[in-house]
Amino acid sequence: MGEPLRVVVAKPGLDGHDRGAKVVARALRDAGHEVIYTGLRRSAQQIVDTVRDEDARFLGLSSLSGAHGHLFPKVCELLRTEGLNDVIVFGGGIIPDDDRDALFDCKIRAIFGPGTPTSEILEFIQASNAMDDAGVGQTSDWHWSSEA
Amino acid sequence: MQGDRRSLARTLTALENRTITLDEIKTITGEHQATTEHWESLAITGAPGVGKSCLLDGLLTQWAGSGLRVALLAVDPSSPRSGGALLGDRVRMTVVDHPTLKNNVYLRSIATRKASGSVPLIVADMTEFLLILGWDRVVIETVGAGQAEVRCAAIADRILVVEGPARGDGVQAEKAGLLELADAVIVNKCDLPGAQRHADELRESYELGTGTPPPVLLTSALHGTGIENASTMLLELASSGRSERARWRERLLAHHERKILESPQLDDFLEKLASGYMSLDDVIQSIGANKNE
Repeated sequence: MGEPLRVVVAKPGLDGHDRGAKVVARALRDAGHEVIYTGLRRSAQQIVDTVRDEDARFLGLSSLSGAHGHLFPKVCELLRTEGLNDVIVFGGGIIPDDDRDALFDCKIRAIFGPGTPTSEILEFIQASNAMDDAGVGQTSDWHWSSEA
Repeated sequence: MQGDRRSLARTLTALENRTITLDEIKTITGEHQATTEHWESLAITGAPGVGKSCLLDGLLTQWAGSGLRVALLAVDPSSPRSGGALLGDRVRMTVVDHPTLKNNVYLRSIATRKASGSVPLIVADMTEFLLILGWDRVVIETVGAGQAEVRCAAIADRILVVEGPARGDGVQAEKAGLLELADAVIVNKCDLPGAQRHADELRESYELGTGTPPPVLLTSALHGTGIENASTMLLELASSGRSERARWRERLLAHHERKILESPQLDDFLEKLASGYMSLDDVIQSIGANKNE
């Protein structure tokens, strides 16, 4: 394989539960990637600053607080405003099925709920990294279809 | 400003991935005009858990607040098994979230990747690149570890060793190699018992040696005690000058290691070593010879 991919794993908003984020971070690390973990309770601006300064290819957002419908689109919008159009965004946590299409419309390319095998997340990383238009500010309408 | 940050981050990635070299960058930017008035790069090192990141957050807040632009290269270990890494130094950094000070601070997390020791040598190139771009000072936070730490002497102008309270005599003796190269020592967590005594022991031990002893300071990064004083003192920190030979020894070793690791035939050599077609001396000679071509 080539050089490791850099992935920011972030917890936006007022949500103190990071077990899921840590499981994902660990799986990515064990697959040979470099994971920058932000810690809890980050604002959209803090997350976007981190993605920019760390030159991350991927951003994983985790939320269990129910505020995903507000926070995730805000982060995506800010990424585009700052010109970070080729960053690939995925999300996870407690995200009801009914809420997911709106997030896919914001160019979030995958949503992983509880019980997702980490191998599936790694498959998503590989598949989307191979695309050249899966970034948050790019044209593709593609999103990952979860089996779970 | 934002655009600059993005291209800065991207160029550092390219350097790290060896898709561009510092020499190539310099054909566009020109050479770095080093100053002799003060240090430009500082390595901060010490055992895990003594409070390096927390202390740095306090120091960076002071420096950024006084208008200096400071870049921090924070190194964490890569897994020798998977090659991946979890880079967590940002978690303790509040200065990068400060609404105004954050513009004076650039923080980049770096994994050790294939490098042996606590600092990958590419960090030297990354440091020089940041200085060329006009960052006033570059601070390198090494992997928290023991004796391998002396390698940072190969990269930075000055070395700050961070210690904690109640580190026994045995440990102290063991870490002598590192303390000998220190330009300053900070005993952090001075709110805990044993800190003052440890600082006294260190000062005593330095007085037994030759040359000017490095300053030994007490701080509590948690409570902010001593941070302002330390930040002022460190900015003007002079080289201890007691260990020029030891530093050049580290630089020489680091340079040699880098030549080996960056040799395009490395895989080929390893193959031949494993199958017995070449000896270790043969490989060293071949790598040395290639350089002269």
